[in-house]
Amino acid sequence: MSGVVRIGVAFLCHDELQVAADMVRTWHEGGAAVAIHVDRRTAEADYQAMRDKLADLGDIVWVDRQKCDWGMFSMVEATRAAARTLLDRFDDVSHVFVASGSCLPLRPIPELCDYLGRHPEVDFIESVSARDVGWTVGGLNIERFQFYFPFSWRKNRRLFDWTVALQRKLGLKRKMPEGIGPHLGSQWWCLTRATLTRIFDDPQREQLDRFFRWTWIPDESYFQSLCRKHSMRIESRSLTLSSFDDQGKPYNLYGDHADILAGSRCFVARKVWPGAKDLFARFPEDAGPGHRRDEPDPARIERVIGATVARRRLGRPGLYMQSRFPLKDRENGKTAEPYAVLQGFTDLFPTFENWLQSRVDADVHGHLFAPEGAEFAGRPAIGPGGLSPFPESRDYDAFGFLTSLIRISERPQVFQFSPRDSQELNWFMVTDPNARIRVITGAWVVPLMHSDMPFDDIRRIAARLQRIELVQLRVLRSVWVKANVEIWELSDFAARPGAILQRVVRDLNSASGMWPLYDEPPPQRDLEQIGRFLQRLRNAGLKPRLMGDFPATRSEQEWNV
Amino acid sequence: MRATRQWYLGRAIRRRRGVVPVNVRLAKPTKNANLCFVTLRNERVRLPFFLSYYRDMGIDHFLIVDNGSDDGSREYLLQQEDVSLWQAKGSYKASRFGMDWLNWLLFRYGTGNWCLTVDPDEFLVYPHCDTRPLKALTQWMDTSRIRSFSAMLLDVYPEGRIGDQPYRPGMNPMEIACWFDPANYMIHKNGQYGNLWIQGGPRARSFFARDPKLAPALNKIPLVRWRRHYAYISSTHMALPRALNIVYDEEGGERISGVLLHAKFLSTFIEKSSEEMVRGEHYADSQEYRAYSAGMEDDMILWTEESRCYEDWRQLQELGLISQGNWA
Repeated sequence: MSGVVRIGVAFLCHDELQVAADMVRTWHEGGAAVAIHVDRRTAEADYQAMRDKLADLGDIVWVDRQKCDWGMFSMVEATRAAARTLLDRFDDVSHVFVASGSCLPLRPIPELCDYLGRHPEVDFIESVSARDVGWTVGGLNIERFQFYFPFSWRKNRRLFDWTVALQRKLGLKRKMPEGIGPHLGSQWWCLTRATLTRIFDDPQREQLDRFFRWTWIPDESYFQSLCRKHSMRIESRSLTLSSFDDQGKPYNLYGDHADILAGSRCFVARKVWPGAKDLFARFPEDAGPGHRRDEPDPARIERVIGATVARRRLGRPGLYMQSRFPLKDRENGKTAEPYAVLQGFTDLFPTFENWLQSRVDADVHGHLFAPEGAEFAGRPAIGPGGLSPFPESRDYDAFGFLTSLIRISERPQVFQFSPRDSQELNWFMVTDPNARIRVITGAWVVPLMHSDMPFDDIRRIAARLQRIELVQLRVLRSVWVKANVEIWELSDFAARPGAILQRVVRDLNSASGMWPLYDEPPPQRDLEQIGRFLQRLRNAGLKPRLMGDFPATRSEQEWNV
Repeated sequence: MRATRQWYLGRAIRRRRGVVPVNVRLAKPTKNANLCFVTLRNERVRLPFFLSYYRDMGIDHFLIVDNGSDDGSREYLLQQEDVSLWQAKGSYKASRFGMDWLNWLLFRYGTGNWCLTVDPDEFLVYPHCDTRPLKALTQWMDTSRIRSFSAMLLDVYPEGRIGDQPYRPGMNPMEIACWFDPANYMIHKNGQYGNLWIQGGPRARSFFARDPKLAPALNKIPLVRWRRHYAYISSTHMALPRALNIVYDEEGGERISGVLLHAKFLSTFIEKSSEEMVRGEHYADSQEYRAYSAGMEDDMILWTEESRCYEDWRQLQELGLISQGNWA
């Protein structure tokens, strides 16, 4: 092969011919020969307008127009016709590069020629074995070769699906022609004259055409499979930057992508939105003498696209909004950030909220789900994010209330809970790995004991709260628990309150790794009379089941309480 | 469902004579254009900015129904080259709040085009709207086989009292009212029509906190690639066939969405709301306006410590109010 590289561009287009004409001009000005194939279904007037527009150019040829259907063999035929014309008409063309009207050269064409010249006899064609799954996005893999595909996926979706299902059922497996392994890859390749000539002159060609005619999207497999047989050296990547979304549809490039495109140092990018005038105006761009030999590095733009794909498929955890409203258990994260639910602490320690607030780097709320309304930290008239503290608003969409609060707040959220509060979110929180739930069972009895309500009322309320907490405990101890749950009975807790509080505070500070080692616990409500109080409840016919063991009488005097 | 759709559509077609052409510049049916459909009454002050905002975005033609304006709106619109004007004689309420008129125009002129149906106080914001024209979005949706675009109402309000800064023709309403509520939206799924029912924002928290069920709906599907058999059911909150309402992902992913900045709370609002209450031509006996009026007595201030100042679409995406989906 001679040292001088000249690119021939097999140029395929079917719409936006004005933009396509500008692209042809760009290639031509860079010194390339261009063979243009326009889909036969494009309006004759548009075609003529394009021809007129390019009438002044010398080294371009117009290939006989054929009907092209996306995903059908006619695409291969069009590409082949254009490539063949290039080889026949221009003796000095050393490489054929496939491009379309939406492929935009980002760097001057001579830089591309120089690059090819520095890698002689290399075929830049992405070619991935179809047996090892992974190249295609959301489509068929090896089945593309094993089945017959007489119908267009775009136009006869139902017939297409039906024939695939039928052939799958029949277990059909077409045999590959001798010497060919099924390979897939981008149809935007760049092959050397030598390789292409060998592909065109393949003695099996008729048999190969017959085979590929019935495969699916042969433009992504015909040359990719044949070059494995004929190429001296394959560099399995495309020189054209092109990314696909999760539906297998190429991403469009817009004016605001200009800087990352320039930074990618790729030679050609697609698919450019035809209205992106600023891209057409800026590229191809000469980055200066120091950058003429840069290697293409599409990593950054692929990261941008990868992030968008992830957003479309997985979304942001804990977000519920107009275009993301996951079904139950499909949330990919029920809430956005870790949060903590503390039950029973405020019953034992009246000043617990303030005490805790000064010890953790978090927003410590009161009872967010209290029947009187949400007790936001500091008790503002309007809560974080504009949430209304009124119970009617909160309970109207309790999920939304909690998830919005967690998502909008910068610090972790900690709130108090009790069987007096709305129990609607119990299952939600218990199945959420972000939740840390700490419960002192039966602690609700302490404020009751200290209240001056008539004992009949106390007994009634105690019965109700106990019933609610028993139901809640069943949830907390189910096999579906994903939250981090710790439960103490009131008597256990009362036996060593300091140590347990220490642990609770430490867990809430686990991120910063700091917690006070020896600490003053907050003032605790008096538990002196609790044993006797529980006995009174028992005497009234209500068996306390959640408080643990407190002696019913400790002295003769207590009989008289 | 089909019967419901046909009933709404049939109703619009039967009442087509209620919409009298005044000056129709859109002579022959268009294809693949971006059209804007509006019904209005006495909005002369807002019109200059409204039209220029959407012109810059790339709306090709405006189709406007005037419901008896007497403030010069009509004369102003007649001077605009890209506006086709109709006049509706009947009652706003009896025409299902203008939807019968618009359904007819959509049926007649919308097919095959991307149709944006908005009020004069609603300003569309979509992902990348600062760098890409509306055409980029609609063409992308075409290739992605997306037929409808969700843009919930985002109420914006001023920092002080609503009447403090007077609004003058041509002004950008967001200069006065740039504040919004970031995260107090309540969402329910409507099983019948498949759409999400979104309520919340400043109106819900100020006027309906104790009865949130009555708060106004914020979900909207204003941008649709129209086909002849489509119909809007209740304002642009929902449409039929149901597939148009499925603008959200249920598997955890995010679809594309935007917002309509709702600049209702300007100085013009005070006159408007007393007028509207007298007319009684609004939804649910103008209940909403009654509530405003009650709130207005003591100089309504919607602003709170938690309000955010509108910056751009990226801020809204960060907050989770909109999403670019997979439009990179």
